[in-house]
Amino acid sequence: MSIKQTSMVAALLMACPALMFGAGTVKGKVTFTGTPVKQKPIDMSKEPSCAKQYPTPPTTQTIVTGEGDTLENVVVYISAGAPDETTAPTQAVTFEQKGCRYMPHVLAMRVNQELKVVNSDQTSHNIHPLAKVNREWNKSQPPGTPPLSEKFDKEEFISVKCNVHPWMRGYFAVLKTSHYDVSKDNGSFALPNLPPGKYTLTAWHEDYGTQTADVMIAGSETKNVNFAFKAKAF
Amino acid sequence: MGKLFAVVVVVIAIASAVPIVMHTWAPPVDISTHGHAIDEQLKDTMVEAGISFLGAQLVLAFFVWQVAGRKDGPIKTFPGGARVMVIAAILLVGTEILALGVLGQKAWADVYFTPAKPDALQVQAQAGQFAFYFRYPGVDGKFGALHPDKIDEGNSNFFGLDPEHDMDSRDDVVTGELAIPVNREVHLLMHAKDVGHSFYVRELRIQQDFVPGLDLSVHFTATQTGRYEIVCTQLCGLGHYNMRAYLSVLSPDDFDKWMKEKAAQ
Repeated sequence: MSIKQTSMVAALLMACPALMFGAGTVKGKVTFTGTPVKQKPIDMSKEPSCAKQYPTPPTTQTIVTGEGDTLENVVVYISAGAPDETTAPTQAVTFEQKGCRYMPHVLAMRVNQELKVVNSDQTSHNIHPLAKVNREWNKSQPPGTPPLSEKFDKEEFISVKCNVHPWMRGYFAVLKTSHYDVSKDNGSFALPNLPPGKYTLTAWHEDYGTQTADVMIAGSETKNVNFAFKAKAF
Repeated sequence: MGKLFAVVVVVIAIASAVPIVMHTWAPPVDISTHGHAIDEQLKDTMVEAGISFLGAQLVLAFFVWQVAGRKDGPIKTFPGGARVMVIAAILLVGTEILALGVLGQKAWADVYFTPAKPDALQVQAQAGQFAFYFRYPGVDGKFGALHPDKIDEGNSNFFGLDPEHDMDSRDDVVTGELAIPVNREVHLLMHAKDVGHSFYVRELRIQQDFVPGLDLSVHFTATQTGRYEIVCTQLCGLGHYNMRAYLSVLSPDDFDKWMKEKAAQ
């Protein structure tokens, strides 16, 4: 092994303590108890180019459930125990305006990570993240314009609306940690590559609020953590 | 040159009158019970203004033709001088406007000074940047109270209802389109959520502003089923050009069916 190769391996090992001590994973499911409020169909008739993309009107996405009372769109992340990560990933995250809805409905990203906002519709949008900790802005995007590029420099959960289409709603979760996931349609999430340590996991839902759980990772093990939110009738 | 100008004035005057006399651009079909009075009024105004316009242009052309090329002495002044001319003009125009007002007051009063019938269908219309939303009181016939702090558009709570605590609001039906039964009077209660907007349906011959802070209303009866466009005609911001909704005038049976369907959602 040449000196160059040895030093590269050493650098890699130093950069990833997880590799040295074994990496743990936290997996689990997000569910709800009770009866959630019924989601309402969205009337998009004023925007025919969007309305015609749906055979039946799409519903609001505040509560998206799956089989077995699972809950989608819950952000699960390490809120304590891991060091803040200051260097943002170079890869951008994409938030799409499509069919007069936001895709995905909940987008998690890192502090200072590039956010690309794409308009795939035949109509103008005006994206308006209602930031309170970060700087608040809104930007118009006529059809066919290139993606907008933005970033947020502080940790915050931000509600996003369109100033042109009142029914459009999405959320940005701007996080200081790289250990996060958004629950899938079966309610599952997974946080891999966790170095050994004691962590606090937080699960955030736009309507049901937050829940936390403590978890201890000793080595290359997989811990199971589940969250159950209480559904609100209204 | 002067004579050519006189000819041009006559040609322009007649050319602009032709499409109006020939009804080249007909107004959209009238689907309301009060619309014919407004159309009559518009017709009277067009006839009166048209005759005055043509008369004025022809007189102008006549005098231009008369004095064209003349270099001798001053042209005769109006008998009695400028003061008499101004008074005569004020009297003439004043009489014209007063006459139109007297003729039109009934059409106006029928819409604005007469209350809606007690059995009229109550619908609340809310204008906000940049969409209209409508609310029906539901089977209890009562509108739930409004709580602006509860407005949550991402959850389709456009009016700020509180179904958790307010029983009246639980059966309220909120829609993005205005459906009404044909031949039944509708009392539209209007409020603006943010800035000034306007409710305009050409076929209904109704145009009424929404004013923030004021509860305004209009009432009308539609006489033909169909789907018509409701547009905002008060510049309200960036998305104004795209602020619209649809009016569906349905048969009573279809309306009941539509209402049941919406209430079930």
